[in-house]
Amino acid sequence: MTFNASELLAVIAARQLHDDTTVFAGVGVPLLAAALAKRRHAPRLTMVIEGGIIGPQIAPGRLPVSTNEMRAGHRATMLPGITDAFLFAQRGFVDVGFMGGAQIDQYGNINTSVLGADYWKPKVRLPGTGGANDIASLCREVIIVTAHEKRRFVERVDFVTSPAWLRGDGSRRAAGLRFGGVSRVVTTLGILGFDPDSKRMRIEATHPGVSTDTVRQNTGFALLEAPRVEVTEPPSDDELAMLRALDPERRFLGT
Amino acid sequence: MGDSHLNPLEYDFIGARERTEAKRKSAGEKLTSLEDAVARVKDGDHVSVGGCLFSRTPMALMREILRHRRRGLTLSRNLTCNEGEMFMAAGAVSRVVTAWMSIGLPWGVSKILRHYVESGAVALEEWSHLALGLRFRAGAMGVPFLPALTMLGSDLVGVSGLKTVQDPYTGETLAAVPALFPDVAVLHVHRADRFGNCQIDGYPHMDADIARAATTVLVTTEEIMSEEETRRYPDRTVIPGFVVDALVHVPFGSFPHECYALYEADYDHFAEYTAAIDARGPSAVGEYLERYVYGPPAWSDYLDLFGGERLALQAKRAKELTR
Repeated sequence: MTFNASELLAVIAARQLHDDTTVFAGVGVPLLAAALAKRRHAPRLTMVIEGGIIGPQIAPGRLPVSTNEMRAGHRATMLPGITDAFLFAQRGFVDVGFMGGAQIDQYGNINTSVLGADYWKPKVRLPGTGGANDIASLCREVIIVTAHEKRRFVERVDFVTSPAWLRGDGSRRAAGLRFGGVSRVVTTLGILGFDPDSKRMRIEATHPGVSTDTVRQNTGFALLEAPRVEVTEPPSDDELAMLRALDPERRFLGT
Repeated sequence: MGDSHLNPLEYDFIGARERTEAKRKSAGEKLTSLEDAVARVKDGDHVSVGGCLFSRTPMALMREILRHRRRGLTLSRNLTCNEGEMFMAAGAVSRVVTAWMSIGLPWGVSKILRHYVESGAVALEEWSHLALGLRFRAGAMGVPFLPALTMLGSDLVGVSGLKTVQDPYTGETLAAVPALFPDVAVLHVHRADRFGNCQIDGYPHMDADIARAATTVLVTTEEIMSEEETRRYPDRTVIPGFVVDALVHVPFGSFPHECYALYEADYDHFAEYTAAIDARGPSAVGEYLERYVYGPPAWSDYLDLFGGERLALQAKRAKELTR
């Protein structure tokens, strides 16, 4: 079966989730990935949604467009409210946080606030952190899921909205962020990780037919390379069928 | 990145406590009109808004504040939707305290947000979702700040004015998230009795914390329930009557936003609204204000613009979605 970029991202992201764990997921591809994982290989996975929702059963054809609308809480097990949903993450109950991002730098920091140098008079005002900063700060592990484009992968973000490894060298720990951090970046070209010492981004896997050179050409900074670069398994027919069943209207999977 | 605009009065827990101590805390009648309720809002006030994004927005109260032509307000809300755009375009707000602003993912980055913030006309003070929630919770608790593990190390620290504190027990560095004691809370709930005891169904959002944090609390309710109903299910009361200053019975009081299980947000309306902005720029919001805010005198006149058929359809959809 052929597949598009969103389907590839959702399937590869879903594979990162394990059974008997919890995941903080936002609307769109991350939520589809979590729902796919739960249906396919992780039936005891619990989704937490920042609108203050625990354990929803995302209904096919009824995908939420915001984390606060009625679809997001379909058949949920608890509606604790927004503050308390995040406090579960602060307490250490949330294993994985899924994030997207407008701009990502070589240490995995994300900017969704402003483009330009002056925060108060920005060149481009973006919507803001929402819960992204909290997910980046509080989950045991963060996985970024994004299209791989040179304009997104920049050497330095204009503004650190959501901290990953900050400037490397233990700077995350020094800022008081005792836990978590970004482990992987799932993109349309492959899977990136971080060098254990320098915390700079490196290529860990490429999707079939994608060369490491292509990954580098689409990245705005010098990427390191893992000792062994793997090749991912392409989405199976089974995975794609299950994923498509979740979004029959193609609301987030696109055309 | 520039200094923060954090207002020290917002975390002045002693002043907030004194205002609440001095206030009439009545178990008596709270029912009144929108006009009378909103007369309590003054130019320059900090107004915290209940609900979140297009869920349980106190739209009738916000519309009435605009009709009163208030100026120089600060608005705070975790996720700010088109009600924030209306306040910007009306010239009612000079500062917005939020974690995120736009209508929602399908409608893209708000062009109104961009217009007013990029020009410097409105200051957007950004806090993380949890941090702003904890600001309201600290306010609800009557303390000047709450320690937290979020927002540290990010550039949000500088622009929000967040400070850190060293844990006196372990020596670790923590965020000291400052309390937010707003002048006014505007909230919309599912049910209240005439004394202001409030029930909320579905998503609680931050309304209960915001109500306790604020000096003045204005509430609209979909339904007025009997005192007997309150006393039969006291576990369902999330805001006690003595906290509430004014209560107004406003069915469809969030529309075109949603009210959990009662009516769905009107996405077609959002699409028309954003299409007008795409076509004519920020002036389209001015036209929208004339048509939906300044024009129709009463809330029922406003609802007539949407029509009974549309309201009934949105109510039917909400029932299906929460079955």
